[in-house]
Amino acid sequence: MGLVLKDVIDRLGFEIKVGGDLSKVVEGCYISDLLSDVMARSNEHELWITLQTHPNIVAVSVIKGLPAIVLPNGRSPEPATAAKAEEEHVIILSSDKTTFEIAGLLYNLLKG
Amino acid sequence: MTTKVSKPIEGSFQLFEGDFTNAGKASTELRSVLKSLAVSDDAVRRAGVAAFEAEMNVIIHGVAGTLHYSVSDGELNITITDMGPGIKDIALAMQEGYSTAPEWVREMGWGAGMGLPNIKKNSDRFKIDTVVDEGTTLQITILI
Ligand SMILES: Nc1ncnc2c1ncn2[C@@H]1O[C@H](COP(=O)(O)OP(=O)(O)OP(=O)(O)O)[C@@H](O)[C@H]1O
Ligand SMILES: [Mg+2]
Repeated sequence: MGLVLKDVIDRLGFEIKVGGDLSKVVEGCYISDLLSDVMARSNEHELWITLQTHPNIVAVSVIKGLPAIVLPNGRSPEPATAAKAEEEHVIILSSDKTTFEIAGLLYNLLKG
Repeated sequence: MTTKVSKPIEGSFQLFEGDFTNAGKASTELRSVLKSLAVSDDAVRRAGVAAFEAEMNVIIHGVAGTLHYSVSDGELNITITDMGPGIKDIALAMQEGYSTAPEWVREMGWGAGMGLPNIKKNSDRFKIDTVVDEGTTLQITILI
């Protein structure tokens, strides 16, 4: 089970900061601001919700093959992060909602 | 399936403490080499994690160093050498959660004390040689 990223973006009202292939499959999310923790425990098909906005998040996302990075609380990627994400085809989304709300809505959407 | 290469494919990168902007260059190139050889997604992912964590450790703790990789029949070897402060207690450094990263680095989300354990978990062979006040060398092998 899972949904394509395009549907998740529409249903949860994410803003696309850096676009890309929206046909990737989403099956859950991983929430962490610790980069080595994300490298250890995130799985393919999981959105990554993080407060970090610096360029190293792009490398982590590429290495783990994550469908997209989601920045909560209306955060934006740093300009250098957005540039690197374009280059590496990493999708960055933003939401005005809190991490708790995003995760709850995503849970209902995928498992509800 | 074992990857075959006609002759070893090698690359070297210089790493400098505090150079967060260039972090990931070595692991990115390495990943594309492995992908061009049709190495399994799992091995590419493990190589990416191990190489990037090792790069970051030089950038955070190691003053200056080099990463060298060599892809040959059936295996990838990565050697990361730095001339940093060395590691006093390897067993402690290998413990998940142990970190000496400064506060400003922790604010970036590094310093969870998970890098060395991640490298070990993702490699098939892993060795640390370190001399206090001289530097550290990591040897990582991943079967491909
Ligand atoms: N190349 C190195 N030179 C000197 N000390 C090192 C080196 N690599 C690791 N260490 C020491 O070992 C500790 C643990 O390293 P490890 O990579 O597991 O965690 P970290 O780098 O502190 O945090 P994380 O990797 O989770 O961002 C470091 O905090 C540091 O004290
Ligand atoms: Mg580390």
